[in-house]
Amino acid sequence: MNIEESDEKTTTNTVSKLKLAFYWAASCGGCEIAVLDIDEKILDVIAIADILFWPVALDFKYKDVEEMEDNHIDVCFFNGSIRTSEHEHLANLLRKKSKTLIAFGACAVNGGIPGLANLASKDEVFRVSYLENPSTSNPQKILPKTSTEVEEGILTLPEFYDVVKSLDQVVEVDYFLPGCPPHPDLIMTAIGAIAENKLPPKGSIIGPLKSVCDECRFEKSEKTIKEIKRIYELETIEEKCLLEQGVICLGPATRGGCKAQCLDANMPCTGCGGPAPNSLDQGASMISAIASILGLEDEENMSDEEVEKLIEQVVDPVGTFYKYGLPTAIINKKVKE
Amino acid sequence: MTVETIQEFEPNIIGFLCNWCSYAGADLAGTSRMQYPPNVKIIRVMCSGRINPMFVVNALQQGADGVLIGGCHPGDCHYQHGNYFTRRRITILKNLLEFLGIEPERVRMTWVSAAEGRKFAEVVEEITEDIRKIGPMKQIRRVNEW
Repeated sequence: MNIEESDEKTTTNTVSKLKLAFYWAASCGGCEIAVLDIDEKILDVIAIADILFWPVALDFKYKDVEEMEDNHIDVCFFNGSIRTSEHEHLANLLRKKSKTLIAFGACAVNGGIPGLANLASKDEVFRVSYLENPSTSNPQKILPKTSTEVEEGILTLPEFYDVVKSLDQVVEVDYFLPGCPPHPDLIMTAIGAIAENKLPPKGSIIGPLKSVCDECRFEKSEKTIKEIKRIYELETIEEKCLLEQGVICLGPATRGGCKAQCLDANMPCTGCGGPAPNSLDQGASMISAIASILGLEDEENMSDEEVEKLIEQVVDPVGTFYKYGLPTAIINKKVKE
Repeated sequence: MTVETIQEFEPNIIGFLCNWCSYAGADLAGTSRMQYPPNVKIIRVMCSGRINPMFVVNALQQGADGVLIGGCHPGDCHYQHGNYFTRRRITILKNLLEFLGIEPERVRMTWVSAAEGRKFAEVVEEITEDIRKIGPMKQIRRVNEW
């Protein structure tokens, strides 16, 4: 065992403690809260680990990370997708400084909700958020720039990229922990595996090999539906599969591990667990599933055009089928001229 | 210059045809020595219901300019309702492609029976011309540059 000469915390037991880091890129902060969702077990984590970097909770500077030796951090939990040059820089930096890099949460794993911005270009995003948004007042029409000259000197901002990427599209990732946010049990499984040094092969997704349906409480039987409804359109929610009740639920196309919590709250699955095992494209799988159960009445006598009209009930197909995974889908952004 | 490039462009089309009707129809067109453009590369599947939307997006992502899907006429499916599944699937998929900036006309669904060699030749002529007009598929890279 190496005894490190550290000029910071020099208690005797830090030597054998795990060194953890957390970082958030383009994310909402929910994943950070999920870390605390493990409740009192956080004390067990603190007992075996030191946190070296956690911008949301502790005051460390990027400089501190830059000064670390390579592979100094044992495990880095990285949440959020890559949107700006700052995120890209930190992804590269933390990759260099960490032995194990874990993509934590739907954004880092599959691009997440920020990934839906791949339907628009950088200019469109700027136009809507800084100029056209009804609640925005920007009479001078100022848009973010990477550097601005002011009296005191030059101010800089990170560059905003044209597309959103998942973490593994930028750096090599060791493990994936899907979910929006990951279920506390999955987090504890991961931390337990790290502590006992029983990690699965590199590149594994930490989660069960089953879909959300496997964990869902609703009863399932032969399905055919006549029309598609939104959840608020149901007068009463029966104790049977939401798909059978006409609500689009992404359960069959989504990896489980979440204990079907949304279903417990009578809300359909929206697909944060990413594609089900052995599926490359969550949206395509779900389209296939929806089409199989959508039994249109009297379909035998319908023309192709009539079917088309009925299928238009599926509003916003990208937002429905790729809510958390557009950047890692087969077609991962809007195809432009 | 532009006129020249349009003339040079030969559409690269993937055709998924069902074993019982459309593939037999294509076979008939061949044995009857009908002339039609050589742009459609045919892949035989047992039923058009086997065609996962993933096959179609994968074909487009890997550089196909168009995808032709052929099945039995509605009501004639060898497996009774396979082609109804296809019809719904491909309709939703075309809707999705439009949102993703891909012309839905690149994907075409058609019903050709085993006796309709003539119709198959016509469909191939039509889709080839349509896609020639739309132009080449814009390149989609899985991991794109910033």
